[in-house]
Amino acid sequence: MALKKTKPQIEEKPTKEAQESIITELAAKRERKIVLMQGNEAVAYGALDAGVDFFAGYPITPSTEIAEILSVEMPKRNGVFVQMEDEIASICAITGASLTGAKSLTATSGPGFSLMQEGIGYAKITETPCVVVNVQRMGPSTGMPTSPAQGDIMQAKWGSHGDSPAIVLYPESVKESYELTIRAVNLAEKYRTCVILLLDEVIGHMREAVCLPDLANVRVISRIKPNVPPHWYKHYDENQKYLSPLASYGEGYRFHVTGLTHDAHGFPTNKATEAHDMMERLRKKISFNIRDLVQIESHKMEDANIAIFAAGIMSRAAKAAIAMARAEGIKVGLLRPLTIWPFPDDAVRKMLRNVETVIVPELNQGQMIHEIQRLTKDKSDGNVISLQRVNGTLFSPQDILRKIKEVS
Amino acid sequence: MATIPQRIIHEYLRHDKKFPHVWCAGCSNGIVLGAIIRTIAEMQLDRDDIVMVSGIGCSSRMPVYIDLNTLHTLHGRAIAYATGVKLYKPYLKVIVVTGDGDCTAIGGNHLIHAARRNIDLTVILINNNIYGMTGGQASPTTPHEAFATTAPYGNIEPDFNVCNLAMGAGASHVARTTAFHTQEMQQQFKDAINHPGFSLVEVISACPVIYGRLNKKGGAPQMMKEMRDNSIPLTAVDKLPPEKVEGKIIRGTLRKEVRAEFSDEYEKLIQRVRAKEGV
Repeated sequence: MALKKTKPQIEEKPTKEAQESIITELAAKRERKIVLMQGNEAVAYGALDAGVDFFAGYPITPSTEIAEILSVEMPKRNGVFVQMEDEIASICAITGASLTGAKSLTATSGPGFSLMQEGIGYAKITETPCVVVNVQRMGPSTGMPTSPAQGDIMQAKWGSHGDSPAIVLYPESVKESYELTIRAVNLAEKYRTCVILLLDEVIGHMREAVCLPDLANVRVISRIKPNVPPHWYKHYDENQKYLSPLASYGEGYRFHVTGLTHDAHGFPTNKATEAHDMMERLRKKISFNIRDLVQIESHKMEDANIAIFAAGIMSRAAKAAIAMARAEGIKVGLLRPLTIWPFPDDAVRKMLRNVETVIVPELNQGQMIHEIQRLTKDKSDGNVISLQRVNGTLFSPQDILRKIKEVS
Repeated sequence: MATIPQRIIHEYLRHDKKFPHVWCAGCSNGIVLGAIIRTIAEMQLDRDDIVMVSGIGCSSRMPVYIDLNTLHTLHGRAIAYATGVKLYKPYLKVIVVTGDGDCTAIGGNHLIHAARRNIDLTVILINNNIYGMTGGQASPTTPHEAFATTAPYGNIEPDFNVCNLAMGAGASHVARTTAFHTQEMQQQFKDAINHPGFSLVEVISACPVIYGRLNKKGGAPQMMKEMRDNSIPLTAVDKLPPEKVEGKIIRGTLRKEVRAEFSDEYEKLIQRVRAKEGV
């Protein structure tokens, strides 16, 4: 549990047992019932169920409910909630807490997400687990704070300076917001990186009926702790899968963490070989584990000759359009990434081979479309059509249906 | 006697890792590092329980040399990272080492809010009046009319009084000393680490290679002499005529008061909420 006021007298057990005790404690208290819940609420409860015990944040529409709920719930669970002076301080505080042993998370929207980018890069280069939830609103700048847009898809990958491979998850419903929040925390812990959860404004604020699972059935992953004595500890001691154990401050390991390019012990280096090793580890821990990271949903794709590729809320409109089109005999399906970064290249290549046309509806001026086009190398690949809108409104199923009919 | 402090210092350094250090000859940062080590040794603090956090800049390179839990963060953000560390494990002693540019320019917002919260951090602000790492640009503490590479005609901006800034924001323990006064510095560090709340110690330091050269201050010895001759202890201020105080560096504990500390208050909040909820 969090907030250790006194130094533990015995050596701390790995967080796994502590985690299990929280789970049992709370499982007894939770009523299993269907409740009407907002996407933002689902994120907050997902975070708690994943074992998040440190939240630092700053108010911003449309993500504020996440902070509000956690300000209520954290103290009940011995967790820490702190409202920082800005979003920069928030990402810094969760990174500091994570290095001290916390499972940490912050939530924001576009403007705050832009401010956090330097800190996200720091969490990635120092391989510190943490989660940033970005409930996207329309930009650029202040934009339309209560209107949906999918303008941060590229920022989530490329926002921080330098090369830093990203893990970005993107739910389409309230229930999935809960599930992917847990997955985001798990992946952050497992891969020792900053995982980003992108929500659409509408999903953050929309209420849907959900039944949260029994806590005993929630799979929680915690970071691997070192099992070597302190003098043998290397802060970045990668295994075959490029993953490494992580000690916490106050456990006797006395390691050094820096945002400078560092060697395997964490000390700054200017040697090309060591810089290369560090950058390769950051890249490979994502690219060598792509099967574990990528999740996609394939909806009515078996016989489809038209495919829609859509993420988040746009897949909901697409599914409705697909039902209407199929009623008229048009063979159309949907491929939906739940993990948008790393991009599901293999699934998209397969889709491009099997269909004549791909429609990519997105609430921006064309971001994911570039990834599809990147994979459209072969002349025999399907025709790729972009459907774009940035005016604060969604595509309706009819809008997508019209496009389907146009191309069929 | 001379061998004993030497041994203490070597015991606390990461010899095999990161030497030679990056600091220029004559820089005060090493003196401050020595004072921090002697303070920790004298207080017999458990090294495993100390986290040293820094930002970016010359002074912020300090953590890499010392065998503690160390965290070298982003420019200006040391206090924000330290807040996360302290709140999660309040039993840790968190020492922030920072510079004038790091803490009062880019990191000014974090400084004033940490002071307002009164979170138990010990901020050691090494003030050399210039951005040294980037080659001598004007900082918020570069004196009026002093020269810097970005103030080639003399600085037209007024400078911050760092201690007044911290006190204005609500810091509960504020002190000033100089790199010349090492014994006094150790005592100030000790008091600050012992203080249950936000503490800031401003250490006036010398950057002979850049600031000194640009402002014709002479070498490191001359700058050390200036610290000696141009500073007076707070206790002497009342006894001196105003003209002798004017323009001097005032050394000493400028504020010491005990008020509610943030992680204590959070702990009380947890107990209140849990008692009410019956969990």
